[in-house]
Amino acid sequence: MDLLSFARGPALKVALTIFCLGVVWRIVGFALLRIRLDRSPARASVPKFLAGGLLTIGTRSWPHPEFIARTGAGEAIGYSYHMGLFVIVLLFGPHIAFLGSLFGFTWPGLPSSLITVISVLTVTLFLAVLFRRVTNPVIRMLSNFDDYFSWFITMAVMATGIAATAHLGGPYQTLLAHHILSVDVLLVWFPFGKLMHAFYIFPSRAINGAILARKGATS
Amino acid sequence: MLHTDAHITVGEMLRRHGISRRGFIKFCTATASAMALPPEMGVAMADQLRGAVRPSVIYLSFQECTGCLESLTRSFAPTIESLIFNVISLDYDDTLMAAAGGAAESARDKAMHDNFGKYVLVVDGSVPTGAGGGYCMAGGRSAEDILREAAKGAAAIVCVGTCAAFGGIPFADPNPTQAWPVTAIVGDKPIINVSGCPPIPEVITGTLLQFVTTGKVPDLDEHLRPKVFFGNTIHDRCYRRPFYDQGKFAKTFDDEGARNGWCLYELGCKGPTTYNACATIKWNGGTSFPIESGHGCLGCSEPGFWDQGSFYAAQSAAAWGKAGEAVPRKVMEVAAAAVVTGGALGVGSAGVSRMRQRRSEQDAIDRKSDGG
Repeated sequence: MDLLSFARGPALKVALTIFCLGVVWRIVGFALLRIRLDRSPARASVPKFLAGGLLTIGTRSWPHPEFIARTGAGEAIGYSYHMGLFVIVLLFGPHIAFLGSLFGFTWPGLPSSLITVISVLTVTLFLAVLFRRVTNPVIRMLSNFDDYFSWFITMAVMATGIAATAHLGGPYQTLLAHHILSVDVLLVWFPFGKLMHAFYIFPSRAINGAILARKGATS
Repeated sequence: MLHTDAHITVGEMLRRHGISRRGFIKFCTATASAMALPPEMGVAMADQLRGAVRPSVIYLSFQECTGCLESLTRSFAPTIESLIFNVISLDYDDTLMAAAGGAAESARDKAMHDNFGKYVLVVDGSVPTGAGGGYCMAGGRSAEDILREAAKGAAAIVCVGTCAAFGGIPFADPNPTQAWPVTAIVGDKPIINVSGCPPIPEVITGTLLQFVTTGKVPDLDEHLRPKVFFGNTIHDRCYRRPFYDQGKFAKTFDDEGARNGWCLYELGCKGPTTYNACATIKWNGGTSFPIESGHGCLGCSEPGFWDQGSFYAAQSAAAWGKAGEAVPRKVMEVAAAAVVTGGALGVGSAGVSRMRQRRSEQDAIDRKSDGG
């Protein structure tokens, strides 16, 4: 079995299995945690604090006006590379073919050359966030292995993908195998690292918002 | 057999067939060009060959379909391809030769004896070793036995076709005859793999000609294929490549994209991972090649091409199970099992966490009641 067959065959199967298992494990484990009982009287009715939770998903997803000068650039970069990732993953022809082979249906994509441009921009933004992480003393202090490895494996997927598309640095099958193997590693790492924020980010914002709304605070 | 006089020079043979020096140089120049050699090599090749005694070539056919030989003999330029048979002394080929039975075997034995250490051994087909070699026998001897004997006196072995080079279809899972490529049987001779199912005729003749002209094995890739013919992927040289770069893919064989000649990547074209000269030399005298006819490359010149999953699944697609099996269903099975297991683990870990939460809260209450 050659490397490409291994990467998109057994390795992908194991990685997807671990991914599904890990994601469900962590979501169920998180959802069934006991929320500490707040014995103080509720300042808002149940519909209001639920609405507060939903509202917080929106408000936390946008820079707070008071801090926009400090956080605006970081959030803009964050949003940009996330959008870049979504476009690359969901609208590149070979990716659609890959997802189509898993789910049984496909959809229209974007021109490969446009995807290449978006990929290069996204990688540049990725480098910018790493630069910010290592140069900002506060963020550096807050960063741990999880942050760096999550960055590294996402970057590896991007870099190997660009190399495979542009046929840079070796035979296509080797480049494609490296790309798919890096995706396999990402899938295995995903549930157990900070990449899991993809599933946690909105529920956690909603729960925080609901708790605060119950206390009569806005967020 | 085409010619049995092994001592006649190539020049004399050409004269007898009315082929001019000019015509021969044109052929050699075209061959040199196909091998990416400088144009002057064509003249040098012609001069060297004209004065040379035709090298003996023994062509062994084992577990194969004869498609490779069909490819060779049905080349677009029969006069020029028959020239190849005049340039070399094809002393044994049990499909082409007139002799049969003991006479044919004797011709092979004589050629091997007379040219020991100098002849080129061409092997077509894989070598089955199951049932004591009984799946492929000639003259009461197994293919493996014949190959081992013939390989001893060979200057080099040229494996024609994917079966001889990599095992091919007989080698594919479950390999019922326990077939092997030549490299698995012979390890002490220079081996040149000219893979393809079948190989391009000009690639076969070009490789043979280069070896008999220079006496050297050409530069080979990691699969022992001449780099000059197998140095680029089909995708690298494909005329549909711009559509790949533009993200224009045919989705079915009869949609608008297919009619417009868009890239066949999503229809399973193996061009990106297949090294061969189909997109440049093409077939039938440069008429076209499979992609030009609207079908994706099958990757037939690559090792294990028959076991690489569906011919119609994109290169980037998941490759689970055997060709033709529905991946989505397998994904659902795997996902369902993972979700059930993950859910059980989640319930268990949440239970443990809840116990810890309760214990922690109780400790806090106890500390308070102790006067904290």
